[in-house]
Amino acid sequence: MTEVGRARRRKEDARLLSGRTQWTDNLRQPGMLHVMFLRSPMAHARITRVDVSAALGLPGVVAAYSGQDFAAEQGSLPCAWPVTDNVVIPEHPPMATSEVRYVGEAVACVVATDRYRAADALEAIEVDYEPLPAVLDMNEALTPDSPKVHEAGNQAYSMQMTVGDIDAAFRDAPVVIDRTYVQQRLIPSAMEPRAVLANTDGDSFTLWSSTQIPHILRVMLAVVTGIPEHKIRVVAPDVGGGFGSKLQVTAEEVLCLLIAKRLGKAVKWVESRSEGNLTVHHGRDQIQHIQLAAEADGRIRGLKVDLLADMGAYLMLITPGIPLLGAQMFNAIYKMDAYEFGCTGVFTTKMPTDAYRGAGRPEATYGIERMMDELAAELRLDPLEVRRRNWIRHEEFPYTTISGLTYDSGNYEAATDKALALFGYDKLRAEQADRRDRGDPVQLGIGVSTFTEMCGLAPSRGLGAANFGAGGWEHGSVRMLPTGKVEVITGSSPHGQGHVTAWSQIVADSLGVPFEDVTVLHGDTAISHKGMDTYGSRSLTVGGIAVLRACDKVKDKARKLAAHLLECSPDDLDFADGVFKVRGTESQKSIQELAFAAFLAHDLPEGVEARLDSDATFDPENFSFPHGTHLCAMEVDTETGMAKIRSYVAVDDIGKVVNPLIVEGQIHGGIAQGIAQALFEEAVYDADGNLLTTTMADYLLPSAADLPEFVTDRTETPATSNPLGVKGVGEAGTIASTPAVVNAIVDALRPHGVHDVQMPCTPERIWRALA
Amino acid sequence: MIPAQFDYVRATSLSEACQELASDEDAKALAGGQSLLPLLRLRLAYPSKLVDIGRLPELSGVHDRGDHVFIGAMATHDEVMRSGVVNTECPLVALAAATVADPAVRHRGTFGGSLAHSDPAGDLPAVVLALDGVFVARSAEGEREIPAAEFFVDYLESALRPGEILVGVRIPKLGAGWGFHYEKFHRTAQAWTIVGVAAAVRRSNGAIQEARIGLANMGPTPVRARAVETALQGMELGDQLKQACQEADADTSPPSDLHAQPDYRRHLARVLTHRAVRGASGSP
Repeated sequence: MTEVGRARRRKEDARLLSGRTQWTDNLRQPGMLHVMFLRSPMAHARITRVDVSAALGLPGVVAAYSGQDFAAEQGSLPCAWPVTDNVVIPEHPPMATSEVRYVGEAVACVVATDRYRAADALEAIEVDYEPLPAVLDMNEALTPDSPKVHEAGNQAYSMQMTVGDIDAAFRDAPVVIDRTYVQQRLIPSAMEPRAVLANTDGDSFTLWSSTQIPHILRVMLAVVTGIPEHKIRVVAPDVGGGFGSKLQVTAEEVLCLLIAKRLGKAVKWVESRSEGNLTVHHGRDQIQHIQLAAEADGRIRGLKVDLLADMGAYLMLITPGIPLLGAQMFNAIYKMDAYEFGCTGVFTTKMPTDAYRGAGRPEATYGIERMMDELAAELRLDPLEVRRRNWIRHEEFPYTTISGLTYDSGNYEAATDKALALFGYDKLRAEQADRRDRGDPVQLGIGVSTFTEMCGLAPSRGLGAANFGAGGWEHGSVRMLPTGKVEVITGSSPHGQGHVTAWSQIVADSLGVPFEDVTVLHGDTAISHKGMDTYGSRSLTVGGIAVLRACDKVKDKARKLAAHLLECSPDDLDFADGVFKVRGTESQKSIQELAFAAFLAHDLPEGVEARLDSDATFDPENFSFPHGTHLCAMEVDTETGMAKIRSYVAVDDIGKVVNPLIVEGQIHGGIAQGIAQALFEEAVYDADGNLLTTTMADYLLPSAADLPEFVTDRTETPATSNPLGVKGVGEAGTIASTPAVVNAIVDALRPHGVHDVQMPCTPERIWRALA
Repeated sequence: MIPAQFDYVRATSLSEACQELASDEDAKALAGGQSLLPLLRLRLAYPSKLVDIGRLPELSGVHDRGDHVFIGAMATHDEVMRSGVVNTECPLVALAAATVADPAVRHRGTFGGSLAHSDPAGDLPAVVLALDGVFVARSAEGEREIPAAEFFVDYLESALRPGEILVGVRIPKLGAGWGFHYEKFHRTAQAWTIVGVAAAVRRSNGAIQEARIGLANMGPTPVRARAVETALQGMELGDQLKQACQEADADTSPPSDLHAQPDYRRHLARVLTHRAVRGASGSP
């Protein structure tokens, strides 16, 4: 039985579940001190005075610093995605020196012998602020007389692209749908809050961080602080979730490194949940103006999208690029003659936004999938029928879309048919009609989302064309140990995804070794020296393939060695189940025997080194395009406005599957996160720019008790852009589910004249929509 | 959790606990910690001393005392919701306790703690108010009884005096013929109640003889929906119940927060009161 495709339980779970973990907060260094930050209570203000002297006198306090104390060396936090020629990238000092631009921005810090004393001392620091006007509303921010977040104004960038004759598409169009949707601001809520530990031996530095990107972080820390790259080692130990929020170079990482440098001591910072709600980069926050022109039969003629995207106060690592990851996704799985996309990035005095699970694609998918339902309603067609009339048919792949991507494979018909059968679509439609007829106070709605997305970032050439500040390759190494066991090194480190298990399965099949004989190392730049890290559902489609390529190289070496030892030509060897056999004979060498022979090196052929190790990188030619059909049945209590999910079916096509259990986990978690945007989560700032949702009492996250049982299934249309035929799965559920849920709510309420409910669709909002 | 510094003492007797609290006006009693610890964590409270009352026998358990059930202040929500005598004699308390947050909170959080905290969004204050419970408090000066109607003074403020500890609550047994329902409205399982309605209804011969209705989170304290209680008296079951419940929000001053504006809370109070009354009276 092959390992790939097998529902293996995860190797890492026994350790994680029993608490034998290496979270950054669990780590200790001799003489370690604790850092805490004093954060701005003002959304926008000039700092006129910072006095840390009272803090310095308190017990246990070793040092206290203002932003000015690091002004000369802290640099500016990087933005690695200058999306357009007109982009404005303001200076972003890790600790504010003269002006604060969002509530939560660090203005001073304390270093103490424990966190309790540090927290006490923070209260002794005096800061004087001269208030400046907050800038909160994107539309107002763009008016000429708006107060400015930065000297250069409130527009971060603007871009526009048009494909086809968009005017012709809209001119005399039988149907034009015009809608504005608001993607509310979200706060990523990883189980493990952020944490940083920095240490130095006086010459070089080690930084442990709860990060998704140890390799990129190392480069960026060198650039920002001027500490040479080879003197910095970054370790991502066990990392408890990220969802994009740990795809960042944070103020705290830079400052912990600089404080360790200045004091010559180890320092640690661990955020509290409330601190995290304020200062983990936020997600989404767009106003989408979308217009769709169609024929009377529902075929789309053209689509216009105009986005306002809230950058927050600064451009962080990839802030400005996030909305543009949706630029080629609004057209989704549909064919059309013309497409126009524009986006304006806007500065406000709020926490910067950046990548959050799906990053640009959930926003786009929501926009188009809501519009398709609106089109169906306008034409009195079934929402799936409108989609069928527009989607790319399976025989049309590979298909180059209006926005210029080439979808390598897909079968929307198959996924939809399977979902419909599992859902009991016709029966639910009948019940819906019955409830409508009876005037039942609890109405039933059915929501559809036939999504696709682009993921597995990669390819480097494409990322370069988009001005993205990094490549898209990934690195893998395979080392055959003398006893025949296998050590794998991957540049893509997990923060919950199960790389250790999945990579073991891939290697076990490729080298013919037992699953248990493979170990996977990652996340430490001293061990995993090359990598592009973990985001954008790229680990398997790029990093997994790099490991596979490294296995191929090991086998090539092993074949040469085997041929030498068996006294035959390499071409006479067949490799199966870990054994090289001379064709037509009984003589053979196992890969383990060859590993030992390489280790001994007593009898190596010319040109073969004393190791069965290899390195490989992989850089696919294309993104991967998972797709699927999600169906949601929603009961809406018209008396209270409460919406409850009755059933949810997800049929995803993520190509070939390495481990169905891991896939199931990703789909479940993804759907839950997408539902959370539809129903529960919203970061709320008040009129002064104070974040009101600083605790989980106010920022609502669903638990298992709030979610239905998900019915999940798959179709399997292999990707053609990688040898395993796999596609990314980390974000699919989140991208798909939000519009399915909101479409279901709107579907339930359509007879009441409702055609939209703002997310999150709280009971109060639904009640007001009905009023 | 990084609270400000405080002293800690674990009381070994109720009188010792009373003395500790009386001798230091900034001292706070620590019961299950489910309300106090978040306040400490957010540094919204700076007690000088925490007096741990977790091991005092006088405060523990649920007891059948003839004409009433005595629920010790330190009985956890989980204990209360599983208690045989509570489920038999005052099931409304068990119904509400079962809706508190999640199992972890219900195993730590205490009946007395959530009442003494007097959060109007709590579920139990409205229930005890509806059932006319009697609070038993102890201080260095001795024991006193406080009727539920006088216990909830203002937002997060009870009638307990400095140095006074809630020992427990007497819930009168209502006898035969009563039905109960707790209607909780909240957005997620662990979220606070937006509006809660605790209803106890006695009916005979197809009509409601008596109704007691407590509302959660419709003002700075839990309140009784007196107008509805009066209107329901003698009312036959049926469509007219809905009309009677239209006054559920009379004399309330519902708060405005992220989860609901006052007009929506008023609407919810009317709808949910109708549901609670129907549930308690066994009406379809």
